[in-house]
Amino acid sequence: MNFETTIGLEVHVELKTKTKMFSPSPVSYGAKPNTNVNVIDFGFPGVLPRVNHNAYRLGIMVALALHAQVTRDTHFDRKNYFYPDNPKAYQITQQEKPLATNGWIEINVHGKKKKIGIHEMHVEEDAGKNTHGDSGYSYVDLNRQGTPLIEIVSEPDIASPEEAYAYLEQLRQIIQFTGASDVKMEEGSMRVDTNISIHPAGTDKFGVKAELKNLNSFAHVRDGLAFEAKRQAEVLMAGGKVRQETRRFDEPTGTTILMRVKEGSDDYRYFPEPDIPPFHIAQSWIDEIASEIPEMPSKRRERYINDFGIPEYDAGVLTATKEMSDFFDETVKDGADAKLAANWLMGNVNAYLNDQQVDLPDTKLTPANLATMIKLIVDGTISSKIAKKVFQETITNGSEPKAWVEQKGLVQQSDPAVLTPIITKVLDDNSQSIEDFKNGKDRAVGFLVGQIMKQTHGQANPQVVNKILMTELKKR
Amino acid sequence: MSTDYLKTDITSLHDDLVNKKTTAAQLAADTLAAIDSKDKKTNAFITVAPEVAEKQAAAADEKGIGAADTLAGIPIALKDNIITNGVKTTAASKILNNFIPVYDATVATRLQQAGAVLVGKTNLDEFAMGSSTENSHYGNTHNAWALDRVPGGSSGGSAAAVAAGEVVAALGSDTGGSIRQPAAFNGIFGIKPTYGRVSRWGLIAFGSSLDQIGVLTRRVKDSAIVLQQIAGHDDNDDTSLPDPVPDYLAALDGNIKGMRIAIPEEYLGEGVAQGVRDVIEKAVDTLKKLGATVDTVSLPHTKYAVPTYYLIASSEASSNLQRFDGIRYGYRAEDVKNLEDVYVRSRSEGFGDEVKRRIMLGTFSLSAGFYDAYFNKAAKVRHLIQDDFTNVFADYDLIVGPTTPTPAFKIGEKVDDPVTMYMNDILTIPANLAGIPAASVPAGLVDGLPVGLQLMAKPLGEATIFKTADAFERTTEFYKQVPTAMKGDN
Amino acid sequence: MIDRDQVAHVAGLAKLQFTDQELTAFTKQMEDIMAMADQLNEVDVGDTTPLYQVTDLKNVFREDKPVLWQTRDQLLENVPEKQNGLIKVPSILDNGEGEA
Repeated sequence: MNFETTIGLEVHVELKTKTKMFSPSPVSYGAKPNTNVNVIDFGFPGVLPRVNHNAYRLGIMVALALHAQVTRDTHFDRKNYFYPDNPKAYQITQQEKPLATNGWIEINVHGKKKKIGIHEMHVEEDAGKNTHGDSGYSYVDLNRQGTPLIEIVSEPDIASPEEAYAYLEQLRQIIQFTGASDVKMEEGSMRVDTNISIHPAGTDKFGVKAELKNLNSFAHVRDGLAFEAKRQAEVLMAGGKVRQETRRFDEPTGTTILMRVKEGSDDYRYFPEPDIPPFHIAQSWIDEIASEIPEMPSKRRERYINDFGIPEYDAGVLTATKEMSDFFDETVKDGADAKLAANWLMGNVNAYLNDQQVDLPDTKLTPANLATMIKLIVDGTISSKIAKKVFQETITNGSEPKAWVEQKGLVQQSDPAVLTPIITKVLDDNSQSIEDFKNGKDRAVGFLVGQIMKQTHGQANPQVVNKILMTELKKR
Repeated sequence: MSTDYLKTDITSLHDDLVNKKTTAAQLAADTLAAIDSKDKKTNAFITVAPEVAEKQAAAADEKGIGAADTLAGIPIALKDNIITNGVKTTAASKILNNFIPVYDATVATRLQQAGAVLVGKTNLDEFAMGSSTENSHYGNTHNAWALDRVPGGSSGGSAAAVAAGEVVAALGSDTGGSIRQPAAFNGIFGIKPTYGRVSRWGLIAFGSSLDQIGVLTRRVKDSAIVLQQIAGHDDNDDTSLPDPVPDYLAALDGNIKGMRIAIPEEYLGEGVAQGVRDVIEKAVDTLKKLGATVDTVSLPHTKYAVPTYYLIASSEASSNLQRFDGIRYGYRAEDVKNLEDVYVRSRSEGFGDEVKRRIMLGTFSLSAGFYDAYFNKAAKVRHLIQDDFTNVFADYDLIVGPTTPTPAFKIGEKVDDPVTMYMNDILTIPANLAGIPAASVPAGLVDGLPVGLQLMAKPLGEATIFKTADAFERTTEFYKQVPTAMKGDN
Repeated sequence: MIDRDQVAHVAGLAKLQFTDQELTAFTKQMEDIMAMADQLNEVDVGDTTPLYQVTDLKNVFREDKPVLWQTRDQLLENVPEKQNGLIKVPSILDNGEGEA
């Protein structure tokens, strides 16, 4: 029997704000436990939530970037459940009227394009963190409590683990370009929960869903879903029933492990949050936020291909992150040849980032310096060999290429009036090589160029040297 | 004792302070002495804070008290569901019996800024849930007029303390009548302002959409002075109103000529004791004599106010009280085996029966399958109740009626019958559901027990209430009476 | 109407426990209270919208400006059990509820 797979993804993304969703405590990753907290985050008696304007703004920005309809009249709700990382024993979220609905993104799997619908997205507060210790105790750090989140819930349009992977890649990229989040799985600023069901091909009734948790990378999502689809198919083929259950991905074995069987649905007793007045989101605010959204990667790729003649694949590499794409645009704006700028970023810059395990903003390279360096190459001021030195210097120390090249005396010698006497002198000293050249031994040219470079301490422009050398050789 | 709060008011005390006839330190000492002697009878206080009082009084004296500092050096008590930094705050619950807050309620901050002196925290029904102050982990409070009777609730401690002359003013909170009903039972004035007029930051939440902090004093003017200080917008409360606070004292001119007053027929129905009706009818005559016009009107949804209120308040409370889980503060059960034990045993041992009842009711009415029939239905009826008021206020400045159907009942009389107890709030609850300001002013005695006249105004109409209550008080001079149970004390 | 099983179920949601005797007494009281609540069935609310809040306030926001109010020591003062700046709790049986 053939089965069709239906996958739903719930993605939590931390919004990049200075303070928490409902309290003025600072948000920062990796602070000492329970230091970025106040009485609100601690759920003290008598405290009240205070809504972060910027968090809601970033939520709308993400919604617009995902082509969703922003809900004009909305409010927050309470979701009630007890857990040590949930100090009020309720989470403030949006249940009845989410921030936005009906979004979509386009994915591309093996050259096939497909639109994946987004059912809804809403803003809410993150929970704290429990660390499970040994000896029967857990430890709670409330630093993360109250961090603004946007939860993005897909429509059941995703039909394979590969599509799920592509959806996540695309989602991450779009959100990363809005600047609304760092979207880093490894720091927890992007988290993925999935559900998956299968049903016999040709039928249209969805099967029983299993939820899959503990997915720490997109690859885990893909592999976990693939395993789960296979497992469910085996259960059904053996005449069994898929249970409504929560499973976790086990990285070492690449399998999924049962966490708990769900009996009925949880009763969260949602009701409108009485401490926060409702919202009427003005169209003018939505328009204002729309105007602040940076150009999205798909638009940028089109522009790179059409305006700069950059190949589609390269355009994809350049738009992998907003930092890279912004850097490229700035470099071109600063006067660098687009193709050369692209080559440098995709080649030497990426190699450097990989080698040093850093992100572009962590280096001292600036678009202006890269552009200057490229211009120095194009106008022949430096050789490509010298350029490598200049690059190393400017990316590690931030030196201004032109000044550094001049200071270090690395400017390429291209003046025939300077080079010609040196070349004639080398020829005078190496009559054997002239003989060899005349006898058709090309190697002789290489030797002579080497001698000239030695005399000029490597600063002679190779093209100019070659030209003069050939002319001079022909004279002999 | 050199200061008798049964014979003075904030204005006189303020004059004495300005004229250096007394000092804040002296007033604080007198107050602590009064509490020491009278609280044996009333049990109005959970915590007396002599160190804090002496320190704040010394600071007020040090700073100097000028004519404009109307509250500087004046001792005030706070209901013990109002958070006070460094001073134990229990909400009368075992679950907070060891809780020392690390921040201040906005009202506490504003009183401090005005130079007022915190003398202690008053008793209440646990988490403000009750109408008799019998649901306190720290014992009953007794009515200042009859010690075998309840002081009302939930702000029973604040009301009894003021009525007995332990303090000149106290803050309370009112979710369904918790300021007005004890004020009525103790023969004092108490006002619940418009919802959002006073910040709820630092008020331990019961029914978040209904809770409001207010004032209890013997004299109307004293409440106006205190409310003037604590009212106004607060950034820490997103539901706090941005409207500027008018000068309440300017309204106290004794002139209510032409005031359009409505009396709802539903407020003088069968459920209201004859003796109470008589007192209220006399009070209405007084208002007429003072030049007000009085018409009978209808608030047709009044009889649904009690179920509406209990569903909404309990639903909100069930959620608000979930944070008391034994993990970050407060009582934790001993010998717990696992997390579930921490939750279930701390809460079951820490909460009293009435609180459990309301948590159960609220949890039920929010639970899957019942939300629409209970919580949401109640929210719709609430809208109808608000509309009733809006309609009447289109033509009237004020609605009056009794504050309670009966005077103070005996301790223990209703404690085992929740529904009868709940019906006792029928006349005070509608104002909370509608969010309008309402007060109770003493109107007379029936069988030696005080009866309160309730005054309700449109949103932000506190000045209208003060004006009318003040004019009424000038006529009745009820404040000159000493509570029966306190006679011979001084 | 509410029965004993429902009362027990609700107690579970609210993290409360009752002895058999208490449960019987509570069920009776809950029945009375729910009977009172059922009076609302009489009311024809038509298309009246639910009223959750009484102010006309809308769009109340706070500026995204960080402030630290309390220190860790202050916040941990009331914590019954703590260790190394963390709140210590008896172990959590992981039922998957731990995330937002």
